[in-house]
Order: sequence, then C-alpha cells, then structure tokens
Amino acid sequence: MAVAYPFSAIAGQEEMKLALTIAAVDPSVGGVLIFGDRGTGKSTAVRGLASLLPKMQAVEGCRYGCAPDRDTELCEPGCPKMQAGGGAVPTHETEVPVVDLPLGASEDRVVGALDLERALSHGEKHFEPGLLARAHRGFLYIDEVNLLEDHLVDVLLDVAASGENVVEREGLSVRHPARFVLVGSGNPEEGELRPQLLDRFGLSLEVETPTDLDTRIEVVRRRDAFDRDKQGFNKVWQDADDRLRQTILEAKQRLPETQVPDAALRRASEICIQLGTDGLRGELTLMRAARAAAAIDGDPEVTDTHLKRVARMALRHRLRRDPLDEAGSTTRVERVLSEIFDAEGEAGTARSGEAA
Amino acid sequence: MDSVFGQAETGRAPPQADIRAGTGSGTVADARAEQGQSASAVWRDALLALAIFAVDPAGIGGVLLRARAGPVRQRWIDQLKDRLGDFGPVRKIPLNVSDDRLIGGLDLAATLQTGKPVASRGLLAEADGKVMQVAMAERMDAGTAARIASVMDHGAVRVEREGFAQTLPSRFGLIACDEGAEDAEQPPGALAERLAIQIDLSSVPPHDTEGEQAKRARAIRLARQRLTQVTASDEILTALTSTAQALGVHSLRAPLLALKVAKAHAALNGVDDVRQDDAQVAARMVLTPRATQLPPAPEQDEPEQQEPQEQDQEEPEDNQQQEPEAQDQQDQPPEPPPQDDDTGSDDEDDQDAPSAEELAETVLAAAQSALQPGQLERLRDQMGRREQGAAGRAGALAKSRTRGRQVGTFRGEPSGQNKLDVMATLRAAAPWQPLRGRGLPGKGGTGGKLVVQPEDFRIKRLKHKTETATIFCVDASGSSALHRLAETKGAIELLLADCYVRRDKVALVAFRGMAAEVLLPPTRSLTRAKRSLASLPGGGGTPLAAGLNEAWVLADHANRRGETPVVILMTDGRANVAYDGGTDRTQAKSDAQAAARRLRATGITALLIDTSPRPRQSARELAGAMGGHYLPLPHADASALSQAVKTAEKSL
Repeated sequence: MAVAYPFSAIAGQEEMKLALTIAAVDPSVGGVLIFGDRGTGKSTAVRGLASLLPKMQAVEGCRYGCAPDRDTELCEPGCPKMQAGGGAVPTHETEVPVVDLPLGASEDRVVGALDLERALSHGEKHFEPGLLARAHRGFLYIDEVNLLEDHLVDVLLDVAASGENVVEREGLSVRHPARFVLVGSGNPEEGELRPQLLDRFGLSLEVETPTDLDTRIEVVRRRDAFDRDKQGFNKVWQDADDRLRQTILEAKQRLPETQVPDAALRRASEICIQLGTDGLRGELTLMRAARAAAAIDGDPEVTDTHLKRVARMALRHRLRRDPLDEAGSTTRVERVLSEIFDAEGEAGTARSGEAA
Repeated sequence: MDSVFGQAETGRAPPQADIRAGTGSGTVADARAEQGQSASAVWRDALLALAIFAVDPAGIGGVLLRARAGPVRQRWIDQLKDRLGDFGPVRKIPLNVSDDRLIGGLDLAATLQTGKPVASRGLLAEADGKVMQVAMAERMDAGTAARIASVMDHGAVRVEREGFAQTLPSRFGLIACDEGAEDAEQPPGALAERLAIQIDLSSVPPHDTEGEQAKRARAIRLARQRLTQVTASDEILTALTSTAQALGVHSLRAPLLALKVAKAHAALNGVDDVRQDDAQVAARMVLTPRATQLPPAPEQDEPEQQEPQEQDQEEPEDNQQQEPEAQDQQDQPPEPPPQDDDTGSDDEDDQDAPSAEELAETVLAAAQSALQPGQLERLRDQMGRREQGAAGRAGALAKSRTRGRQVGTFRGEPSGQNKLDVMATLRAAAPWQPLRGRGLPGKGGTGGKLVVQPEDFRIKRLKHKTETATIFCVDASGSSALHRLAETKGAIELLLADCYVRRDKVALVAFRGMAAEVLLPPTRSLTRAKRSLASLPGGGGTPLAAGLNEAWVLADHANRRGETPVVILMTDGRANVAYDGGTDRTQAKSDAQAAARRLRATGITALLIDTSPRPRQSARELAGAMGGHYLPLPHADASALSQAVKTAEKSL
C-alpha cells in the first residue's frame, strides 16, 4: 500500500484536524463530513488518521474483531466470545481499521456475500465478509461521498443506524456487528448530499484552501518533500504523530472522567434553541464533541471555550435550510455564538485557528 | 470540423452563431481571428508541452487537450506516441466505460473455464505505466471522473467488486480530449484538476503543424533518467505558489503540478536544478489556464507593466532566456521566439541571481502574458460584474449517472423487458455445481461446464427514473426586470433546496438588451447556484428569440445527456429585438415565434409564465407556438413560482 502522508504534517486546516481527532477520541460523536474545494487535503487528512489511532484489543479468532469487554455485543455463533459464554476469552492487540470504500465498489463487497471461490471449488456455502465488516470498530471512509450510488447509500444508512449488518442473499442469512465512524468527503459543486445521509454525520466541516501565502507555500513545500522521499519525510514527522497518538490515547482514558457541568449543558441547549436545530441530536453531539475537546485539552470539565470551538462543526449541517438567507450556515452559527457569548461580555476566549 | 462530432454540432450552429456574434462573447471564431498569426507559436508550445508530459507522464498527471478530432490533434498524439518510449502505448478509455471494465471484476470466460473465480483486470490496472486517452472528456460523467481521479491520487486502483478485493498498481498519464463546443460543456472538474497541462489547439490550422517536431525520443529518455535528481529551490517553489495565488488559483494541487512540470522542463534542458525559465514555462502551462482573476496590480515600481499585457496579449510569449549551454543539441527552441517588450527587459537585467521576489515577479509576468484574449475578457468581466466561484474551467458541470443504471437484481425469467444479469445468475448457480454435476453423465462432473437452472436466473433491476433539467428563461428587460430576476432566483434556490433527493438540475438563461446569456449552467448544486446568482443584471430591450434559442441549446444538451428538459419562460411576450439585433418589432416577433416553434419541434416541455400585470394575447400565442402551458402570474413570488414549476413537472 502507498505510504500515507503524515497527519501532523498537514499545514493549517486546524478545524478538520480537530474534528478527526475528536472522532478518534470519542467515536460516539458520530461521523465526520468534510466538504470543500478540491486540493484542500481532505482525503490526505483522513488517510493520515489511520496511523494515529491507538491499537485496540480484539477477541482472538473473531472474524469481526469483537471487543472483549462488551458482552452485549452481537456476533455470529462461530465467535470465540459467544462460545466462551461470558467467560474470559483470549484477546490480541490490533490496529483500528480505517477502511476506504471506493466509488466503484459493488454491493456484494460492501455488505459481504457468498465466497465465490469456496463455493466454486469446494461447493461450500461460506460467507465472505465485506467492507462493512472490516470497518467494524473503526472508520469507514468514502471519498466523493455525494457521488456514491443510491443503493449503497441505502445500505450505509441502514447499517449506520442499527450498528449491525444483516445479509440475506444467495441463500445466506448472516448478521454481524458493524459499528463504525463514517467519514465522508466531497466537493459541494458535485451535488448535495441526501438529507438522511447528512444526518448520519455528527460533525461537518467546510474546508477551504488556505488563503495566506506563507501557509500555502508551506503546504507545497512539505508535499514536495514528501513526494521526493516519502520514508524520510515520514521519519521527520514521526515524533509529532507519536505525540498526537499519545494525546488521543490519554484523552480516551480521561474521557469518562471529563465532566459536563449543568451550566455547559444549558449553554449547549441555548445555542441549539437559538439556531432552531431540529431534534435533540444537535445538543447531544455538541455536548459529546465539547467533552472530547476538553479531554484532548486535558481539562477536567467542559467550559464555554470548548463549546465555542466545536459548535460550528457540530451544528452547521443541522440548521433548517433557508434558501433565501444569503449567509452560509457557518456564518449563521457564528452569529448565534457571538450573540450568546458576547452578550455576557465574554472576551478573549480561545478560538479555533480555522477562523483565518 | 471534419469529424463526425463536427457534423453533429453544426446541426444547430447557425442560429447560435447569430446570437453569439451579437454578444461578442469569446467564441472560437473570435479567438481564431485575434490570434491567427500566432497559431504556429501555439503549436510549438503544444509540442513543448508534449515533451514535458512525456518525461513524467504519471507525475504530471496528464494533458487537457482542447481540440476537435482532426489532423492537428492526431498529429500531436502521434508525436506523443512516438516519444513515450516504455511508457507507451497509448490506451483509449471509452467514454461510457462500465465499472467492471474500468476497475475490474470477475472474468467470466476464465471463471467458467477453470471452475474458479478469476479476476479480470480493469483498464485502470492495465494502464499502469502507460498513457491513457479519453475522447470527448466533456461528456464524461462525474462518477467516472471521480473513479479515475481517485486512482490518480493513489497510484493504485482499489478493486472491491464481484467477490474480489485487491489493490493493483496503477500509475498513468492521461490525455483528456475536450471537444466541448461551448462553455456549457466542460470536462469534469475532478479530472481537469489533476491534469497539469492544458493546451488549446482549436485555433491551430493544420498547415501550421507541418514540419515542426517535438524533442526526440532520445532526449526524452535522457530527461527521464535525469528527472529523479532534479530539485527545486525554495525560491522556485515560492514563486510558483505565489503566482498561483495572484491568479486566483485556489487549489493547492496546481502549484504542485506546476512544480512537476518545471522539474520535467529542467530535465529536458539537461539541468539538475529548476531555474527561472523552467518555472515560467510551468506557470504558463499549468497556472495560466486555471486563472480565475487578474493579478492585483503590482506596487508602483512597474506601472507600465500592466498596460501592454492587457492590450496585446495575443501571443503566449515566454520570456526569452534559454539556458544556452544546457539546450539540448537538436530541435527548435521550445518556446516561441522572444518578444522584446518592456516587460521582459526590466525583468531580465539581473537574471543570474534573481532574488526570491524578482523570481516570483518574473514567473507571474510570464503566466500573465500567456493569458488568452478570450480568457482575459472573461476574467475582467467577472471581476467587474459578478462574483462567480469557479471560473469556467475549474467548476465542471455536475453530470449525473446515465439512464437506467443497475441498482440490484431479483429472481425472475429473462424476457424482452427483463435483462438477465449474467454475473448474478452465475453467482447463484455457482454453489450448486458440485451437486448438480453428480447427476450428469461424464466422469464425476460436468467436464468444466456450468449447469445453470431456471431458478438461478437473476434479472437486472434498473433505475428508469430520468432526471429533470429545469431551464428558466427569464426576461430581464425593462423596468420589472430586477424584481422578476430576484423572484426567479428565489424560486431556483427553493427548487434546488427541494430537489436534492430527486437529483434534478436547474439552469438559468436571462435575456435583455441585445442578447441572451446563460447565467447558471445546469447544476444541482445549491452552493453553485448561490455563487452564480449573487447579482443579476437587468434592463434594456427584449431579445426574446435569442433567449428562447439559448434555452433550446441547453435543453438540447440536457436531452443528449439523457435528462428531461423543461423550459420555463418568464416574460410578458413583448419581443422587440430580433435575432440580428435589429429593433424591428415585427421581425422580433416572428423570430421569437420561430424559436418557440423549434422548442415544440424538438418535443421539449415548456411553460410560459406571463408576468405582465394583465394577461396578454402575444404571450398566449407564444405559449401556443412552444406547444407549452400558459400561466398568467402577474405577481409571481419565489414560492408561487417554484410551486407552479413543480406542478408543471408533475404533469410530465
């Protein structure tokens, strides 16, 4: 496989990096959608994420990489965990999968299908797990997500909602767990995303190419260095990537203890009410993302700073569409943020670097 | 125009040409007239591009070749083939290539023969280490483009199809031939973005291409060997990046591709470090065609520099210096001959050790002087009037999947209506082979033959729903124009906001003064619509015929793409400007009637919304000529309008 560009070496794009880090710390915030112009490093960032993820424990011999500690987790009868019947099972350390769903993929490879090879040569009916199975407990990445075929979108929606993949085809009847963080990227000029799919993404980003010349030069410089000597370049950035991995690991451990005080919850509701977001999902995502951000910062509890930092990515795609409002949804979120926070004379709180 | 496509295009050319002549918008003919004398320079430049591309096809990504099929294009491609060496031969990708051919899948014949699943390699995998050619790239749909683009990014193709999961190396160069007749037809943006070099041969007459030869294969082979050791200084990198920014080229892929081109050019010149002239060539070939704005005026020290460039830029003149000692033995100087104007001379004086800033300025000057007249006009236009996000090139049309794409299979009997899905049928039959084989005569099996029984038949489930392309044709003349346009704009956005599930497209043509203009090419992107409609011009005469004609052209394109066009004409029906720009009302009216009848003849669904305060007979007559519905809506607001359109479309 090609050597991936190191995540830490991505110049600028702080909001995108933060969003992906948050998703790595707390997968329950839901997926990440990255929309933006071409040549902004969208897919580079996602592909660089893989090497940042701390390893995970999985049941030895389970085809789906079951988590050992979740006895509620559904798996197929062949899984050692099921056979152990609640007892201890041998585990091993494994990489968190980041699975790429290429556009031309056929449905049988996505959901899994009859293993043709075994069927043809041995006459055995055997299930060959697909990409959804491989992405279990990890990330499923779709580049150009707005060009994904409708029938695949349907499958994804169903699985992402239920966390399990049910296969009924070719005489097979299989169900297996498939919980993953959906990461999509695309260019809005190619078309809009179906609202149901949009809704599956916890965080959404609008990335732009940096406009600052020095940053732009730095991007080109690093990319050129990478193209010249991939191994050498990655070695240089190894330390930074290692540190980030450590940060993610620590944040994951800190997460359960990170508190969300009532004041922060009230703030989150206030923001959502002001923006008129539908349902409670917005608040929930906002709260979770802020908590992950606090854990990353090493703060014991969520404060306004964290809420402000993640509000845009958690809410901008949840606003009710108002085609006659000229302002983009990011601007609308920002407007509300400044109304709420500035009203109380809050000043000097940290802003995420992406504002530039 | 000697191609099949040429003929197809001419079928609807005449009326359109009339209109275009009136608007004076940059057409091929204009460009040709203005740059007639420099055609041979364009050709020489194209040959230089050819050599550069041949040095590093996969790194440079490819060439977007704007030219109709014909001797000029053929000559270019023939010369390229001759120089690719072990990067050849050139493989063609058909436009309507299916995923199993493009990406790969199950090789049916081999599978049946061996009784085991055998993978077939797709074109992308087969193209590894080769150059691919796509004809009519402007008709390629966004999905195919995205598939190819992703492979170009990774240098490998991920196959997740029909039981196979594999990653195969795939590094190739791509020649995309763009035969688009007008601006409405553009190659998909995802693809154009990744092809470093863009050249336009449409203005080069065949006789100008005789005799000239690109660098020989040997020179290219040597350059290829040298390429690995060519490096670029930080100043070069800075110069290319800042030039890109000054020209409003947003994507950061562009300066990176320019860097690759500069390196290849340096390798051709036999040097190991990229120099000023290499960067200039790269800026001209990679950055200039992507420009979306004119560079901001330089600070006062060179006030004269802007002037000559804005007026006589007909030649893509490059700046002089050729590194004489490095120049390869043979061939003509790769760039057009030096054009000694003041720009050059004051940039040149300390060429030996240019400072970073001087370097950046010279590179920008080279890029700027290569702007084509039509392009320049368009850029100026845009800057002055409305802000359009992606100028021309960059924002390709969002084309969608074609009719009847397969969405699944079901069990059933094949018949005229039901198409058998061979692959799915075989899959269904496969597991039972060992069992079925036993029942047949022969030694313990079927002798390699597959036994398929009726219960295995799988039928393709196709998606028949076609998309609708709603084309608004709006009268922007007179005093009510502003109001009408604003409401139309609102209606367009409402429709788009509402139609992402249906994946329909919307376009807008406005007519006023002397001519009609496509303000929004067909799109289903709300983002794009908002950008294009940020401000709309209004007022002037009513060239109804021109407007209808422009709408017809869009509708015809939509038809060819397999979409269902619906034309919504909003006017009071009072035409007062004829095709030829004359203000004879009778002529104007009969021209409008003729244009309306053509819509009807082509079978395009039309709706006329009469916006005058009192319904008018002339508008009703026009609706009759169009074969369309007539709807008086004197005080149409955005939501009433979008409602009317939805109702009309439902009745299709």
